[in-house]
Amino acid sequence: MEKWNLIIDVEKCENCNNCAIATKDEHIGNDYPGYAAPMPAHGGDWIQIGRRTRGATPMVDVAYLPVTCNHCDNAPCVDAGGGCVTKRADGIVIIDPVKAKGRRDVVDSCPYGAIWWNEELNLPQKWIFDAHLLDQGWKEPRASQACSTGCMKALKVEDAEMRRIAERDQLEVLKAGLGTRPRVYYQNMYRWNKCFVGGSVTATIKGVLECVEGAEVVLIKDGKVAGEAKTDFLGDFKVDRLEPNSGTYKVKIIHPQHGSALVDATVNESVYLGSIQLSK
Amino acid sequence: PDGTVRYTTNTNGGPLFIFVKDGKIVRCTPIDFDNTDAPSWTIKARGRTFKPWRRATVSPYSLALKSQVYTDDRVLYPMKRVDFDPKGERNPQNRGISGYERISWDEALDIVSSEIKRQKTVHGPGAIAIQHHSHHQWGNIGYYLSALLRFGNLIGFTRIHHNPDSWEGWYWGAMHHFGNALRLGLPSHYGTVEDALKEAEMVVFWSSDPEVTSGVYAGYEGTQRRFWAKELGIEFVHIDPHCNTTAQLFGGRWIPLKPGTDPAMAHAIMYIWLTEGLYDKDYVETRTTGFDQWAAYLLGKDDGVAKTPEWQEAETGVPAHVVRALARQWGKKKTYLGAGGLGTGVGGAVRNSTGTQWARCMIMMMAMQGWGKPGINFGNLQFGTPVDNFHYFPGYAEGGISGELAFTAAAINNYTRMPHVLSMNPVKQIIPRQRLPEAIIKGYAHGNLWDGSSIEAQIAPFEYPMPGYSKIHMIWHYGGAAFGTVAQSERYIEAYRHESIECLVSQAIYMEGDTPFADIILPACTHVERYDIGETCGCQGYVHHAPGQLNHRTIVMQHKCIEPLGESKSDYQIFADVLSRLGLGAMFTEGCSELDWCKRVFDSADLSKNITWKEFLKKGYYVVPPEPEETPEPVSMRWFAEDRMKDVPEPHPLPSQYSGDFGKGLQTQSGKIEFVPNSILRGDPNNPERPALNRYIPSWEGLQTKELVAKYPLQMISTHSRYSFHTFSDGKDSTINDIEDHRVLIDGYYYWVMRVHPEDAARRGIGHHSLIRVFNDRGAVILAADVSPLMMPGVVKSFIAAAVFDPVPDPMGWADRGGCVNILTPQRRQVQGTEGMGSNSCLVEIAPWTPTLKAGE
Ligand SMILES: Nc1nc2c(c(=O)[nH]1)N[C@H]1C(S)=C(S)[C@@H](COP(=O)(O)OP(=O)(O)OC[C@H]3O[C@@H](n4cnc5c(=O)[nH]c(N)nc54)[C@H](O)[C@@H]3O)O[C@H]1N2
Ligand SMILES: Nc1nc2c(c(=O)[nH]1)N[C@H]1C(S)=C(S)[C@@H](COP(=O)(O)OP(=O)(O)OC[C@H]3O[C@@H](n4cnc5c(=O)[nH]c(N)nc54)[C@H](O)[C@@H]3O)O[C@H]1N2
Ligand code: SF4
Ligand code: SF4
Ligand code: SF4
Ligand SMILES: [Ca+2]
Ligand SMILES: [Ca+2]
Ligand SMILES: [Mo+4]
Repeated sequence: MEKWNLIIDVEKCENCNNCAIATKDEHIGNDYPGYAAPMPAHGGDWIQIGRRTRGATPMVDVAYLPVTCNHCDNAPCVDAGGGCVTKRADGIVIIDPVKAKGRRDVVDSCPYGAIWWNEELNLPQKWIFDAHLLDQGWKEPRASQACSTGCMKALKVEDAEMRRIAERDQLEVLKAGLGTRPRVYYQNMYRWNKCFVGGSVTATIKGVLECVEGAEVVLIKDGKVAGEAKTDFLGDFKVDRLEPNSGTYKVKIIHPQHGSALVDATVNESVYLGSIQLSK
Repeated sequence: PDGTVRYTTNTNGGPLFIFVKDGKIVRCTPIDFDNTDAPSWTIKARGRTFKPWRRATVSPYSLALKSQVYTDDRVLYPMKRVDFDPKGERNPQNRGISGYERISWDEALDIVSSEIKRQKTVHGPGAIAIQHHSHHQWGNIGYYLSALLRFGNLIGFTRIHHNPDSWEGWYWGAMHHFGNALRLGLPSHYGTVEDALKEAEMVVFWSSDPEVTSGVYAGYEGTQRRFWAKELGIEFVHIDPHCNTTAQLFGGRWIPLKPGTDPAMAHAIMYIWLTEGLYDKDYVETRTTGFDQWAAYLLGKDDGVAKTPEWQEAETGVPAHVVRALARQWGKKKTYLGAGGLGTGVGGAVRNSTGTQWARCMIMMMAMQGWGKPGINFGNLQFGTPVDNFHYFPGYAEGGISGELAFTAAAINNYTRMPHVLSMNPVKQIIPRQRLPEAIIKGYAHGNLWDGSSIEAQIAPFEYPMPGYSKIHMIWHYGGAAFGTVAQSERYIEAYRHESIECLVSQAIYMEGDTPFADIILPACTHVERYDIGETCGCQGYVHHAPGQLNHRTIVMQHKCIEPLGESKSDYQIFADVLSRLGLGAMFTEGCSELDWCKRVFDSADLSKNITWKEFLKKGYYVVPPEPEETPEPVSMRWFAEDRMKDVPEPHPLPSQYSGDFGKGLQTQSGKIEFVPNSILRGDPNNPERPALNRYIPSWEGLQTKELVAKYPLQMISTHSRYSFHTFSDGKDSTINDIEDHRVLIDGYYYWVMRVHPEDAARRGIGHHSLIRVFNDRGAVILAADVSPLMMPGVVKSFIAAAVFDPVPDPMGWADRGGCVNILTPQRRQVQGTEGMGSNSCLVEIAPWTPTLKAGE
């Protein structure tokens, strides 16, 4: 049977918050019996965008990570709910807005912090994948419909097909180690959970300091090549997808005409080495 | 299936479906086009075929519409300030202090209509001033350039004339080099998306953040196209003190520089082009004048200073080798210059003291690179899609129902296509918007005009008061955003409380900003509570063919989706009611309801040939079919580069403006791009702040103004708000407030955000999302710090246009915790002899802050 999944390309999320605002528009002040009671005007961010910056001025990048209910296949909230949280056949997890009254414990059961306590209604709540709309024939939830870059996509496919896509596009899920089996997948997660080493390569050419284009950069760790890059017209290079806290790398830079340099980079977080001058 | 009725509306961030049930809005969604809508255009470039999403994209502030329709901040009843007695004590000194009482519409209309008569009887023509803002909700009927102008013309009013705040440096500077006066000095955009995708190798984003500003009004229409450019391997570079949203999303080198020093960097780039032969010598020879003088200046022949990359480094903070490398790449590669958010202009860099210099440099740089040749143009993929530009639909700048030919673009099309009763304002007296407080308090002001009919219209100054007219004694305020959007806005408090202002009326939707300074508040409804008609991002006039930003031209019936809340009324109805009491009701309405006017606009426009009024009302929108793929798109300035007749569909400049044959050459005196403009030599030859030869003149308030920097070491730039459209969607308890990059909730209060570099924050003991006091000699504002390396050191960035003005106790008397950072910006003109603002030339200090009031106080 085909089931719902959500795929988010982290590299293409621009933090416009359209997904979050559309969801609020759908749920604040609107009651969908059997699906969700109204979301409070404030204090319920069913979709929340996280931010992580890497590097230093001016070589810095930033990733935005929309986080919401993962509609886990092995959902701790369903286990904790004792009947008030259910898994639908199409993969969507629903907290029953009547049965769940007063169940504050359900909030704590979610390891993703995706459940919000509605003080006024005395109710745990979360993003319902807009199941009420899908059941009326909508082709996608409000969040992905409003996405400005198309980085958030809702997909209804067989689980086997989803596994194939996840493999092909190297999709990841949040906290995979917990075994909750989320249905929300992320692409290009390296922007969120990996590190880069970058720098700007210069050399004195005919007595003037210049950017060096086309220098070969090799990162070496324990005698092995951990990454390679070439400098661009501004002398910039970036070697990405390194593990955080992975220790010290040797950064070897060589240009056939302008010389070479050897520096160390210690990767706890991403490192911008600044200007590196080649010498002959 | 859920019992809702689907209506349509337009916003300044894209069109929406509005779903309504039992008289209440349930949801607002983007419009997904169906297969009965016109097909999308395609562009073939470098072996690939590009087709846009079949969806009208929208901005977050548009999606938040429902939350601001139903907000408690709405004015729902006519109100009178409790101690305002029109027949007795008026207590102007208590404006902004004393509270309000509800009055009936009859009472309110009686008070304002008799006050209009009283002003004219007691003081004479000119006594009534109309104060309005730049942006409206959407439509051709309700717009301020439409109904408000018709109303104003019928009563006669002193115009509070806006400075060209969006354009500044282009209008007061760049225009002199190449003309385009009717675009206020901005380049045009035709055919550039296709040309860029086919030919360009690099795009330089200079003070350009289209992911935030959407060109203007265009949702996320340009986003997909920038992704295409990136997929094609077109290189991106971003020159901005902030690693802005566009730089964050698409990557490419971020080159931070001290704000306002941009002309120095531009000079150095041109110096490299000149000395290394990396410019288009033939183009410069045949299509421009005055280059020798410019070249001599770059080389330092007249002032002994060569404008080298090393020279600029001290000013800009950008390493010389970076500038050299950029200059060489630019010189060698076919480059699009995305100057400002439109790509064809605007940009925070035009709103500082060096704004004219920067915009002038942008034109000169393009002249050196062969502006108009394949792959070489202005743009950032935002403007210039292959939509059908010939299909006519009026934009808001065409004046709607105003009947006003002089102060709108009605004369081009609207007036002849939709004949309606002409109106004009016989009061010639004007006050420059930025000088309104001085005009009131000191009784005198002078300024320069924003008038696009010619290059030199801006040169002649005007004065207030104008001989023969009364000074102003009544203000009709339409909206109330000045604290958030006008320079050094604290000045307005004294002005609004001045005894010479005997009556202050505010026609407002929300109780926010300046509105609580009024004597009488007339409750206007939102645009979903009345009828209107409009095209998405159709402004026209000074942004002629603005829908060239869209992937699909979308003309929208703006349904009256719900009844006006409370006793609020449409602006149109309010005007009609007031004018009826003056015997002018029928003259105003021509017997038409708003829906009748919509029909008249519909009939006047080309879409009436393609869809019936009934169908249009029912479906709610019409997608204009694009130009067939085979018709070649003329590209802006290609005709000029090739010395041909102008072939882009632009009715500019006016026929008289050609020195030579009509349709050949530019609007300048020589018909060419002038490195040393004749219009400045002729009109303003001795202005040390705007010399004919565009010299680098350091800012009068910037990181190099030593004394002031010792006291206020940080430069604050205040640019356009990402999640709100100016004050639209900010405050009002809108869902936007919960976005942490817009406002941060601290101890129950939503604070406006300021971006700070980690070093600047650490030095002052400021943490991420902690409260800060931002101050200078002009005032103090309380904000929440957003600490990240996305900001360069020494510069802080906040957004303009907080809707909330909320003074709290402070050592300086008071500080605004609502977020109106314009309290801190200088009112000084960026360049003398102009009316340009220099808001981004602003030094401040910041310090940690502890609340003096609890939430709710
Ligand atoms: N420091 C600094 N200052 C700046 C700028 C900057 O970059 N830096 N930018 C400048 C620029 S480019 C601009 S365009 C201005 C914008 O500044 P403004 O034009 O002053 O700001 P808006 O929020 O658009 O103001 C619109 C007002 O009209 C009201 N309004 C909207 N629709 C309606 C309606 O249908 N009926 C009624 N009755 N009222 C309505 C709104 O409630 C609001 O009060 O700010 C300028 N100020
Ligand atoms: N979301 C949203 N969109 C809008 C608006 C809005 O209020 N909200 N307003 C609309 C209007 S009226 C206008 S006029 C346009 C304005 O559009 P723009 O004028 O293009 O926008 P700004 O945000 O003022 O400036 C753009 C960039 O310039 C940078 N900048 C500031 N000072 C300098 C400088 O000295 N040098 C350089 N190199 N960069 C600098 C800022 O960091 C910012 O990233 O936007 C329109 N679009
Ligand atoms: S997956 Fe859900 S939570 Fe995450 S961004 Fe998409 S809509 Fe938001
Ligand atoms: S993310 Fe949390 S709330 Fe959602 S299904 Fe998994 S455990 Fe339940
Ligand atoms: S709408 Fe899309 S781009 Fe915008 S924040 Fe959500 S996921 Fe990111
Ligand atoms: Ca070039
Ligand atoms: Ca075509
Ligand atoms: Mo503007």
